[in-house]
Amino acid sequence: MSEKTTYTGFWQESPRTGILGWLLTTDHKRIGIMYLGCIITMFIVAAILGLAIRLELIAPGRTIMDAQTYNATFTVHGIIMIFMFLIPSIPAAFGNLLLPIHIGARDVSFPKLNLLSWYCYIVGGLLAVIAIFGGDGAPDTGWTFYVPFSTQTNTNVSLAAFAAFMLGFSSILTGINFVTTVHRLRCKGMKWGRLPLFVWTLYATAWIQVLATPMIGITLVLIILERTFGAGLFDVARGGDPILYQHLFWIYSHPAVYIMILPGMGVISEIIPTFSRKPLFGYWAMALSSLAIAFAGSLVWAHHMYASGMSDLAILIFSFLTFIVAIPSAIKVFNWVSTLYKGSIELAPPMWFALAFIFNFAIGGLGGLALGAAASDIHLHDTTFVVGHFHYVMFGGGGFALFAAMHYWLPKFTGRMYNHKMAVIGWALLFVGFNVTYMAMQAVGIMGMPRRYYDYIPEFTTLNLVATLGSWVMAVGLIIMFANLWHGLRKGRPVGKNPWGGATLEWDIPSPPPLENFGEEDPVVTKGPYEFKGVVADEY
Amino acid sequence: MSIEHRDDTGARFGMWLFLYTEVILFSGLFILYSMALSKFPQQFAEASHKLNIYFGSINTIVLLTSSLTIALAVTAIQLGRIKQTLILCGVTVALALLFLVNKYFEWSEEIGHGIYPGSEHLAEMGPGVTNFFNLYYFTAGLHGLHVFIGATLISVVAVMTAKGKVTSDRYTLLENSALYWHLVDLVWIFLFPLYYLIL
Repeated sequence: MSEKTTYTGFWQESPRTGILGWLLTTDHKRIGIMYLGCIITMFIVAAILGLAIRLELIAPGRTIMDAQTYNATFTVHGIIMIFMFLIPSIPAAFGNLLLPIHIGARDVSFPKLNLLSWYCYIVGGLLAVIAIFGGDGAPDTGWTFYVPFSTQTNTNVSLAAFAAFMLGFSSILTGINFVTTVHRLRCKGMKWGRLPLFVWTLYATAWIQVLATPMIGITLVLIILERTFGAGLFDVARGGDPILYQHLFWIYSHPAVYIMILPGMGVISEIIPTFSRKPLFGYWAMALSSLAIAFAGSLVWAHHMYASGMSDLAILIFSFLTFIVAIPSAIKVFNWVSTLYKGSIELAPPMWFALAFIFNFAIGGLGGLALGAAASDIHLHDTTFVVGHFHYVMFGGGGFALFAAMHYWLPKFTGRMYNHKMAVIGWALLFVGFNVTYMAMQAVGIMGMPRRYYDYIPEFTTLNLVATLGSWVMAVGLIIMFANLWHGLRKGRPVGKNPWGGATLEWDIPSPPPLENFGEEDPVVTKGPYEFKGVVADEY
Repeated sequence: MSIEHRDDTGARFGMWLFLYTEVILFSGLFILYSMALSKFPQQFAEASHKLNIYFGSINTIVLLTSSLTIALAVTAIQLGRIKQTLILCGVTVALALLFLVNKYFEWSEEIGHGIYPGSEHLAEMGPGVTNFFNLYYFTAGLHGLHVFIGATLISVVAVMTAKGKVTSDRYTLLENSALYWHLVDLVWIFLFPLYYLIL
């Protein structure tokens, strides 16, 4: 297995050749690459919709679209970003690429199931596209499908709900696969205490996927039945209860935000030690706080519903539990910062994204406390502050973590390096544009601008203009970043095994990794994932 | 090229996780049931008495028996008795079909009385009764779908057993199908008293 620049590992090796070698593959790396391609495509589509929303809101009144189109645009933006980008982003793409390698396995436990889950994702994605362009028009309910509007509107809600159901099925299958893989396929010497943090967060995420996703499945099925048979389970006149819909929906959809952020935290926990040349501070605190977030995050769903009508006692309890989640989250932030302390910090592109993650996540997290407290939430509920807050966590956290992972690991999987200077320029524009956009949205939200509104009073014009300008800077940053990655990963300089000097198992095997990852012998692990002694980065 | 990898414990582990997701799927409907019951206890009792307890009881016996036969099939394959395994799988599938046929007659009778989701007759009987029957149809319907899937699964595994792909030292597939079937049975064990007996 000699190192040659022509070596192309799993890109070439496959039982089948050509396109079938991809469509029928059970290799976790190929499935991961296919997921990544689809996810990035979906992200670009939804980002363009997001830019259109911002452009419409640049000034009061009609700018580029009518009100119904606007409703459909933010709904589709939300459905795609949540169900087709954020939920599968890091777990399905980088989880598939890295989980088996990280634990010293040759593949996941159920490779065929893994392929099936990709097909479920594709079917869900296609159905969503049909729902957008076909039939009675794109759904206009918002991604939450709240009743009673979702049972009454004439748009393609049933099809979109079924698409989300299929995507949920894909997510469940991935979750089952990953939990089993972590339990069963760790190589010799890979004790629980030697798992990389990325594996711990994927493990916690997989449990949430298994625990919570069936609930959205049944809820979406009930919406479809409601529309098809007029069941009335959420209709007061027929003995139903619309508030119950919100409970069932958030029992899944709140844990789902931890599906979106936890693997991102894992990525950051890999990158920070590598570029600080120091072991991660507080390994067990980091590992267990991932599980604690997964557990506590499953008990806080009703904090989305303070304004929906609940007893004061229930509000108090859910508010308290929401604050509990802040503790493991803060443990993570403090431990990342402590890892940086007195480290030998190298500001490579992945590190810039990781540092931006900590900054954005801290702002988003603190904003979350303002929303978790019932008193301030009554003022902030359904304002653009909420939109700004969750973009800080989901995009500034989850999105930036995906970009960090792409800059950190893609050279491993293509064997080629992108241009570092361009990557940092792209990062800087993205970071500045991001903060301008969503900070302005938070500010105008505090002033009282409601979310999802098509029009607004003149007082809000300036901040909306600022937010729209910021979105353009962000768009330029994204274009530079994707172009640089695309060019670099295909034509850039070849890299060796270990361009960053990482200590986890993937840096011991060739770039790109061969089929089945490890040669004839299964690996044997004798040290922890962050012991950098004797690990040297390759020159390239 | 591919290295033969087999992990029966892992496969069982994965199946248990999957069964867990099924429990959560049904639990959504049980939550709706409990909320509606606490809201309309009188009307729920009134609606429950309209159900024909004989249909429900026969189906309970049918499903419990089928759980026994599939458990016996797993033991038979472990002992390498292929013919016995096939017969027991066949009996299980036959009982599953009997369950569905029985369900068909039960629902036909109820629909004949004007009791079905969205019917006007139901709407006249008040919100609690309407809600009870809506939940009844959807929960039992989802369960019926699972009976159908389970029977299909067992049929496929039986064919594989006949072809020699499932054997006395490679029977995890049959074992997992049996686990699924026990779950289908278990869900019914909760459905039956909640809708037919306790009110």
